[in-house]
Amino acid sequence: MEQVIGLITGILFGFLLQKGEVLRFEKQVGFMLLKDMTIIKFMLTAVIVGMVGIYACYSLGWIALSVKATHLGAIIIGGLLFGLGWAIAGYCPGTSVGALAEGRVHAFWAILGMLVGAGLYAEAFPFLQKTVLTWGAYGKITLPQVLGLSPWPIAVVFTLIGVASFIWFEKKGL
Amino acid sequence: MNLSLFASRWSPYVAGAMVGILAVLSVVVTTVVIDKPKYLGASTTFVRVAGYAEKVIAADYVAENTYFAKKKVKVDWQMLFVVGIFVGALISARLGKTHKFESVPPIWEQRFGSSSVVRAIGAFIGGVILLFGARLAGGCPSGHGLSGNMQLSVSGLLALVFFLVGGIVTARFLYGSGGQSWNK
Repeated sequence: MEQVIGLITGILFGFLLQKGEVLRFEKQVGFMLLKDMTIIKFMLTAVIVGMVGIYACYSLGWIALSVKATHLGAIIIGGLLFGLGWAIAGYCPGTSVGALAEGRVHAFWAILGMLVGAGLYAEAFPFLQKTVLTWGAYGKITLPQVLGLSPWPIAVVFTLIGVASFIWFEKKGL
Repeated sequence: MNLSLFASRWSPYVAGAMVGILAVLSVVVTTVVIDKPKYLGASTTFVRVAGYAEKVIAADYVAENTYFAKKKVKVDWQMLFVVGIFVGALISARLGKTHKFESVPPIWEQRFGSSSVVRAIGAFIGGVILLFGARLAGGCPSGHGLSGNMQLSVSGLLALVFFLVGGIVTARFLYGSGGQSWNK
């Protein structure tokens, strides 16, 4: 059952990624060159809508959160490495698979590279666990916890920042 | 606004908002049906597939690796979710007639030439680095960028900032301004 739900969710997600045109190398690198904000429009809208929905359901006690731990060292180094590879490949893990489906055959090589990268990470993990992953480990923290606020004012601020960015993008034709 | 399944594109705001709804529905439905909240994410699947591939050659080695043990090499919700991305994108591209064969993207071509071999090598190297980075950071733009930020997690926000900074700096260095091939 778990797998069936996963497949259906993935099909809908892949469909929306493709219709939103965010699977393309041109859109991903276009954003990195700050010339086309399609992927940011897509992502921020998803986050704003999702944030409201997740915290509404969470407040009602319907769902649990699943927060990833904050390891400052690992997030900074890993995040920058991700960005480096992302600019060269032009795809992230989720979009690479969808890009291959819409005919961008070079995404196949990026996917193959990602599998090798995953294997290398598994090799390096025992070492990283003792070093980088211990640098600045703060556990599973959220902004409401850290700021001592309810999630709602934070959600409002994020939404306002998002909407202001969208207005600016549209004005500039980005 | 054309939201036909046959449309070539939907506004990224509309498609993004639908992804937000999908992400919430996913958590609610999985909580009810399988009693585990499933937040969208993709990069752990690459670890599991790599684990399966290595198992073919050295099963004991994979069994002893602490990372594969931690992530559990199995066909789970997320693996089928990633398979679904392929299927969904294929359906959308076929219905909207936007399926296009491409072995070298234009921005790449203006900088590194039209060789599909050079592009394949670049894509491969980029893939290796980005997945290593994503696992070190604890997630990719789906797990951290979407799911993390929806939950207002500190890790999601920080990861997204460093993903974007790393990407913007590297792209500027690699592709310059995008050259003459840029057209909107």
